[in-house]
Amino acid sequence: MVRVQTADIEEKVKEIIEPWKGKKGSLIPILQNVQHEFGYLREDVMEVISRELRIPMAEAYGVATFYAQFHLKPRGRHVIRVCRGTACHVRGSLKILDRVKETLNVGEHETTDDLRFTLEPVACLGACGLAPVVMIDDTTYGRLTPEGIKPILDKYE
Amino acid sequence: MALYRAHVLVCRGTGCTASGSGPLYETFRKELARRGLDKEVMLVETGCHGMCEMGPIVVVYPEGSFYCRVKPEDVPELVEEHLYKGRILQRLLYTTPDVEKIKIPHYRDIPFYGKQRRIVLRNCGYINPDNIEEYIARDGYQALAKVLLELPAEETLDIVKKSGLRGRGGAGFPTGRKWEFARMAPGDKKYIVCNADEGDPGAFMDRSVLEGDPHSVVEGMLIGAYIIGSDEGYIYCRAEYPLAIKRLNTAIEQAEELGLIGDNIMGTDFSFHLHIKEGAGAFVCGEETALMASIEGKRGMPNPRPPFPANSGLWGKPTNINNVETWANIPQIILNGAEWFSSVGTETSKGTKIFALTGKVNNTGLVEAPMGMTLREVIFDIGGGIPNNKKFKAVQLGGPSGGCLPESMLDTPVDYESINATGAIMGSGGMVVTDEDTCIVDFAKFFLTFVQNESCGKCPFCRIGTKRMLEILERICEGKGKLEDLDLLEDLAQKVKDGSLCALGGTAPNPVQTTIKYFRDEYIAHIVDKKCPAKVCTALIHYTIDPDKCIGCTRCARECPVQAISGEVKKPHLIDQDLCIKCGRCMAVCPVKAISVE
Repeated sequence: MVRVQTADIEEKVKEIIEPWKGKKGSLIPILQNVQHEFGYLREDVMEVISRELRIPMAEAYGVATFYAQFHLKPRGRHVIRVCRGTACHVRGSLKILDRVKETLNVGEHETTDDLRFTLEPVACLGACGLAPVVMIDDTTYGRLTPEGIKPILDKYE
Repeated sequence: MALYRAHVLVCRGTGCTASGSGPLYETFRKELARRGLDKEVMLVETGCHGMCEMGPIVVVYPEGSFYCRVKPEDVPELVEEHLYKGRILQRLLYTTPDVEKIKIPHYRDIPFYGKQRRIVLRNCGYINPDNIEEYIARDGYQALAKVLLELPAEETLDIVKKSGLRGRGGAGFPTGRKWEFARMAPGDKKYIVCNADEGDPGAFMDRSVLEGDPHSVVEGMLIGAYIIGSDEGYIYCRAEYPLAIKRLNTAIEQAEELGLIGDNIMGTDFSFHLHIKEGAGAFVCGEETALMASIEGKRGMPNPRPPFPANSGLWGKPTNINNVETWANIPQIILNGAEWFSSVGTETSKGTKIFALTGKVNNTGLVEAPMGMTLREVIFDIGGGIPNNKKFKAVQLGGPSGGCLPESMLDTPVDYESINATGAIMGSGGMVVTDEDTCIVDFAKFFLTFVQNESCGKCPFCRIGTKRMLEILERICEGKGKLEDLDLLEDLAQKVKDGSLCALGGTAPNPVQTTIKYFRDEYIAHIVDKKCPAKVCTALIHYTIDPDKCIGCTRCARECPVQAISGEVKKPHLIDQDLCIKCGRCMAVCPVKAISVE
């Protein structure tokens, strides 16, 4: 059973890599697509990428760990991005972040035990006019107050 | 082509979308259809108007009526009144934030827009960014035609040089000269790149241009490519901007369909192909050599210059990199001429600059102002001043590595040289306004935390020096600072600047240096008096309940997350200072304002 699964994964990764083979600068888009497929960059997946692109594992991991976008651990079903940019900071985003942590009992860059949420403070979401801002998956919530956090989180399963 | 008697423009920029303009657009569509107005009134999704605070924004033409914070439930009334009966719906008009509360019916009369000069943002909010024909109708791709079919390449380059346009990404290098270097560089394969890795917290001008008028950037790049002799280009855009990426993809597809991108453009022998690269979340990739490393699929770490990208850039080929706003200026300069462009601005800084005006200011949003306008005009005339009768404290210019300027510097004109002279930088154009509630030491600590996190780690001074500086600031905020710490900070700041390869380290100490220079008193208050004047640094403040005012309603005790408040019902409550985490929630919920912070 496990073996079949592994073979499936390898097949899928190869399929993602195929159109990029021989093209310049393909490692980052491949990592992006693979992560999109599996949710995070598993070790076995990284092995396949390294083998297929004929690059050392260290190079693949070097890139994967350099960028904030890539994750080596499983992610929650929903990602909460609490904006900690300057405009949001001035308008009280630290209190928003603290309230999210307290409500979900989760730390920064961590995932809740039930895999419901991952909490990611981010530098700026570019919606400064609505500060303070939180983005859950692709939905942006602006002009927030700490009191407004719980009703929003409750909307997500 | 169908003719419409009125146009309803619904803003679908990121700000307004977050405020709910998606459902609003749908409601308009249904309501217009229900009333049989859909053949007479055209509904358009536009990019950002810049006044995100007032979103969702709806503009109705031909009158140019500007409606703010429109909700789906307002739609039937708005359609009935404005589009059926021809009466402007007063209650949704923009109202001035001052005491007079004047309602302003027309877009052009709103003070926020009155003092602006929109060259780069001229199409944002007017056209549907997903429709190339609307861009073409506003003279789109005319400049490209002029460059390809009429002007000799030298003449085009001359126009760009004479216009005095300087790089809008922050450094302000003359664009024409940059192009000339790349044009002169030997090599048959050359690249051009658009830097859309807008990582500065508090800046969103590039995002709005890409979302509101993507073709202006594409056209600018085509012109640049032709002059330099490049047949391939990249737009490096943050993955955090999904809408901008979507609109760019649509723009490129549509331009390809019309033969404006591809082989033998407009029947000439000029061919050009354009790709989008999504950034993966690293602030340092806004630095051009790091950006190119990232496009190449490597860790985005800066490299020493020279060699400059103009000679050895992407994959070792001559490469020209410009920022989104710079590219978007090009078509207008070609169409209207160098003299027209250089008539706007100051002696050394020509044209306009877009600022992201945010923080404690009434009209937050995007502002495009002629260079040379003073900070005071931008913040108080366009921005409408500070909300809630608070006092202005500082404006932070140029992103996390910019500087904080006090009230006394507000008459500084906004141009590259004047801003640099204050110790701040123009940067990408972020302008964050703070009021008396912001602690300046905490603010400096905030910026340093950011650059410390984003340092790529290549240069020891940037990697370790900023860390040590941060520790000193943390010490000061905890009331454990010494006066010598200020000298140490200043000394380290200079060394980090001198010892770093790229602009990230080279400018990282700016917030610390400018705050020590202009707000030394506040540092001293933290160090000597052990007080935080803005009441932000938790180690230096404590909350107390005034027993004479407290009515014993128990709300604070119930709200307190650490059960630090005790007291009987209808009797004065007390805060246990040892348990209190100073979150301030008790003060926020107290109905009689009996809780104060000192």
